[in-house]
Amino acid sequence: MIIESIKMSWSNIINNKMRSFLTVLGVVIGVASVIALITIVEGATGSITEQISALGANKITVQAMGTPLKQGLNQKDLSKLSAIEYVSGVSPTISSSTAIVYNNNAETNITVQGKNEVYFKSESKNIASGRGINILDVENKTQVAVIGSEIAQKLFLGKSPVGEQIKVNGCTYTVVGLLKPTSGFALGSTNDVVMIPYTSAMKTLGVRSITSVDVYMADSAKSDAIISSINGVLNEAFNYREKAYNVFNMQDMLNAMGNITGMMSMILAGIASISLVVGGIGIMNMMLVSVTERTTEIGLRKALGAEPGRIQLQFLIESVFLSLFGGIIGLMLGVLVAFVAAMVIDFTLKITVGTILLAVGFSATVGIIFGYAPARKASRLNPIDALRHV
Amino acid sequence: MSEILVMKDIVKCYYLGGETQVVLDKVNLTITQGEFVSILGPSGSGKSTLMNIIGCLDVPTSGKYVLADNDVEDLDERELARIRNKEIGFVFQSFQLLPRLSALENVELPMIYAGVPVQQRKKRAAAILERVGLHDKMRNYPNQLSGGQQQRVAIARSVVTEPTILLADEPTGALDQNTGKQIMELFTELNNEGRTIIMITHDINIANHSKRVVNILDGKLIEQPRDSISSGNTIERSV
Ligand SMILES: Nc1ncnc2c1ncn2[C@@H]1O[C@H](COP(=O)(O)OP(=O)(O)O)[C@@H](O)[C@H]1O
Ligand SMILES: [Mg+2]
Repeated sequence: MIIESIKMSWSNIINNKMRSFLTVLGVVIGVASVIALITIVEGATGSITEQISALGANKITVQAMGTPLKQGLNQKDLSKLSAIEYVSGVSPTISSSTAIVYNNNAETNITVQGKNEVYFKSESKNIASGRGINILDVENKTQVAVIGSEIAQKLFLGKSPVGEQIKVNGCTYTVVGLLKPTSGFALGSTNDVVMIPYTSAMKTLGVRSITSVDVYMADSAKSDAIISSINGVLNEAFNYREKAYNVFNMQDMLNAMGNITGMMSMILAGIASISLVVGGIGIMNMMLVSVTERTTEIGLRKALGAEPGRIQLQFLIESVFLSLFGGIIGLMLGVLVAFVAAMVIDFTLKITVGTILLAVGFSATVGIIFGYAPARKASRLNPIDALRHV
Repeated sequence: MSEILVMKDIVKCYYLGGETQVVLDKVNLTITQGEFVSILGPSGSGKSTLMNIIGCLDVPTSGKYVLADNDVEDLDERELARIRNKEIGFVFQSFQLLPRLSALENVELPMIYAGVPVQQRKKRAAAILERVGLHDKMRNYPNQLSGGQQQRVAIARSVVTEPTILLADEPTGALDQNTGKQIMELFTELNNEGRTIIMITHDINIANHSKRVVNILDGKLIEQPRDSISSGNTIERSV
């Protein structure tokens, strides 16, 4: 019976190619837009999430606003933070904007960041040449710098920067390392940043206290315990003053972002599914026309013993088949659009079984909902009237 | 011989704009196994209405109709469909073949609704098409067949489920005289094989092929003795 009906609907599609094409187009566009949107949003979200994770899902960021008496954290506070259980290290960041000079080539407003060896240990894979900042640099306040790829290009014009001397805020620093370029869209790009030991940075840039610290976790599953220990240390450091500091867990941010983008993709898909409804109406229209055209056929089938339910099922199968046909073309089109989008805005395309099931499920549902009324109409035709129709 | 069709005081009325039109007026008809009966009448006499009721496509306004021991009175649409499938084989004036199915597939149709498995369906359809002389036309589509051949396919379709009654409505109406005669010969052969045939016609020459003729006029049935039928006495042909 089902095979019979599918054969029948296939022959209807073949016999009315243009009409079927136009009818199915609505579903094709509907499914394609839903699939493209979901795939693009998911893919883009995946890429952003990956970038954020690369920034460190295994670290907790502390921002110290300080109190009138104590503007930020000091060395002692850092030692206390690194002594917390499951903390593998702490990395302060001192950030300031200043001029960098190489020979007669000056670049103003360059971000200079004071970092320590903990940061460079976790980022060792991002050193393109030379070395990172080590613990001796930090302890001895050595005047060495690791520079980003873009600033290197601007100052050294393609020449290898390692071993050259630059002036940071007027003090002479030796470039010991070059960072790899980060992708253009990445958050926290280090391409035009100059990094120096934070101890040297405090001296050179005239900074007295540390306001930003990354706490690296040895075990990110223990983040809650670590955060409460951090709160303890900071409360003590700032004498329990309110709003003296903030603690961010990158994982929390990731989760929040996941929720937002998930919601966004649902909303977008919801909007796109309006076109599916339009497609469904197209299917319904074609099925109604088909019922009218095939009145005699319906009458004959009934005369030959087809029960009303069978006629209804046949037309329902035909509309579902038509809709599924559109859905599968739509799926391919949607994936193609997403594929092009992935190439243009540079994210990794992920096509999940869920996406495919969604397209199939959507179009089948459309076929059932919008095929129901025509199928019912067909099943209720009086065979005598139907046979007289000729 | 067993009675396979019994009609008692069948009345069919149509209501049009407040007026009642009696199309079948207390029709009584009994048909036994193996008969070949013609229902002969002019246009508008109620032939098609009677055939629709016999074929369970319609139900009477009043009266009792028993077909192969089924009282048709209190059957719903589904049950009527089952009875049609099992007890009736229709042959229409305009053949009513589905144009997108081959001869073989058309003959398979009633067996699909009877739930015959696919292999058996093909075998039986092929055998019956061979029986009506179309063994080389099974793959042809209706538009690749002549009128006579199409009607043979339709006849094959009507008997493939071995129904109680073969019910034909003007089966030669769309055919030329010669082809019509061949179709009537096929009916006679089928009847000789034991098939019960009820044929509706307005043409006495066609009716004369049957063993029994029942006249219908203004919704009333008049049984006609076999010997009183004379082949020259054709009732006026009308559309
Ligand atoms: N559905 C209907 N509604 C109203 N009147 C009908 C209907 N069907 C048939 N009739 C009337 O019943 C009478 C008999 O019709 P029909 O059985 O078709 O005659 P025949 O087949 O002998 O030409 C005609 O007068 C026709 O107008
Ligand atoms: Mg008629």
